[in-house]
Amino acid sequence: MVVQALVFYLFAAVAVASGAMVITSRNPVHSVLFLILAFFNAAGLFVLMGAEFLAMILVVVYVGAVAVLFLFVVMMLDINFVELRQGFIRYLPVGAAIGLVLLAELVLVTGAWTVAPGVPDALTAPVPPVAETTNTHALGGLLYTRYVYLFQAAGLILLIAMIGAIVLTLRSREGVRRQSIEAQNARRPEEVVEVVKVTRGGGV
Amino acid sequence: MTFLDTYVVPTAIIVAQILAIVVPLLVAVAYLTYFERKVIAAMQLRKGPNVVGPFGLLQPFADGVKLLAKETILPSGANKIVFLAAPMLTFILSLIAWAVIPFDAGMVLADINVGVLYLFAISSLGVYGVIMAGWASNSKYAFLGALRSAAQMVSYEVSIGFVIITVLLCVGSLNLSDIVEAQRTVWFAIPLLPMFVIFFVSALAETNRSPFDLPEGESELVAGYFVEYSSMSFALFFLGEYANMILMSGMTAVLFLGGWLPPFDIAPFNWIPGPIWFALKIAFVLFFFLWVRATFPRYRYDQLMRLGWKVFLPLSLLWVVVTAGVLVAFDWVP
Repeated sequence: MVVQALVFYLFAAVAVASGAMVITSRNPVHSVLFLILAFFNAAGLFVLMGAEFLAMILVVVYVGAVAVLFLFVVMMLDINFVELRQGFIRYLPVGAAIGLVLLAELVLVTGAWTVAPGVPDALTAPVPPVAETTNTHALGGLLYTRYVYLFQAAGLILLIAMIGAIVLTLRSREGVRRQSIEAQNARRPEEVVEVVKVTRGGGV
Repeated sequence: MTFLDTYVVPTAIIVAQILAIVVPLLVAVAYLTYFERKVIAAMQLRKGPNVVGPFGLLQPFADGVKLLAKETILPSGANKIVFLAAPMLTFILSLIAWAVIPFDAGMVLADINVGVLYLFAISSLGVYGVIMAGWASNSKYAFLGALRSAAQMVSYEVSIGFVIITVLLCVGSLNLSDIVEAQRTVWFAIPLLPMFVIFFVSALAETNRSPFDLPEGESELVAGYFVEYSSMSFALFFLGEYANMILMSGMTAVLFLGGWLPPFDIAPFNWIPGPIWFALKIAFVLFFFLWVRATFPRYRYDQLMRLGWKVFLPLSLLWVVVTAGVLVAFDWVP
């Protein structure tokens, strides 16, 4: 137990510290790298709690895909660091106000939090019992039976977001020569290659 | 005494197990480079390394010593910490994935329930070594290589994910030992042959091997993302890349070729111990990696993206649906 506690404090401390570094580091690429470190430590905390499926999904989805695209975009930006610092004082009140509003909302949400009536019973005697099932099976069993409509709705929302992003960025330009794979595969050597007998000194 | 029993002894055992995996792995990486040069030489009617030691067998160590003796150069415009962290990250990631690979029944460092997901997560992190190296080098060739590689690895991961899902549907568990045991009757390479091919091609793209080696395409990007690296920092990239090749071959063997299981469970085959079968299967897949490199020219970038998104993604998605449908229709769901 001592080792577990030590590991917990290690993960938690690194997660909080890297979270702070995300907003304080001067270079945005460093920010993203610290964000990735924070994700990692969150995954470590999940593993400590026995939620290994969530931990792996966190790494696969956020670190493996989302943060890569994030890093991709941030690296491509042409940022002038001096200019970035200039408006700091001017925008400070607005930023602080937004932060305060978010904090107030968080406090209100946690203050008005009510636990569903069945939860304490479910916690004392989970169905199926913890020893008999892996949490992948347990999550799947719940997600595809009880919450199947919500799950499908979440999928549809993501699909709509994806279509929206494609519609916003897709533009057909004139005069672009595209490769037509079908036309290319349909070409036969007899039609496009001509074998010529070249006479010496005559050329083709 | 209790402190010794509860903490020191288990730690020592784990360290010994880690060494038992890592040392043979590094030797395998060294001889993979030799194997590659010999195989490609044979395919191109050359002799390959044959000077250092008998049959050139000491060539990998000569190369290693040469790299160690060179000077480590830090480019003046480089971001020092990220520049040095990138090769370390590549190398570490290529080693830690081996923690969940089963070499025989019960012969695995960490027999976790989500073994496949762990492997998938670690292989999806490989892109960070590349992208960090490309950015920190502060060189346009390295940066272009890193951007190409980021897009390429993210694209092919999607189809790898679907291929893994198809296998999982047939197994009903995310544990790698269970996946191997489920192939006792028939290796998944036979019923899931199209998925096997897609997985192999995606593995080529994921490890940045030819014909998908655009991130390091020497004809246009010099050496791509590691153009600024020298000596040991370069050697770490090199080791990491080859260890990743072995890892992807190991994944192919576990998911499709029955891991440590012999091809037929009859007398001459099941005398040979499981780890040897596993090593033979890995070597077989690695030979295909090298064969492809000696045979095919490099893909063009837009064709690479087309193959990933417009061919492999719909095909693997379709196969997930078909496999699930067949399993449910014949009541074969495990």
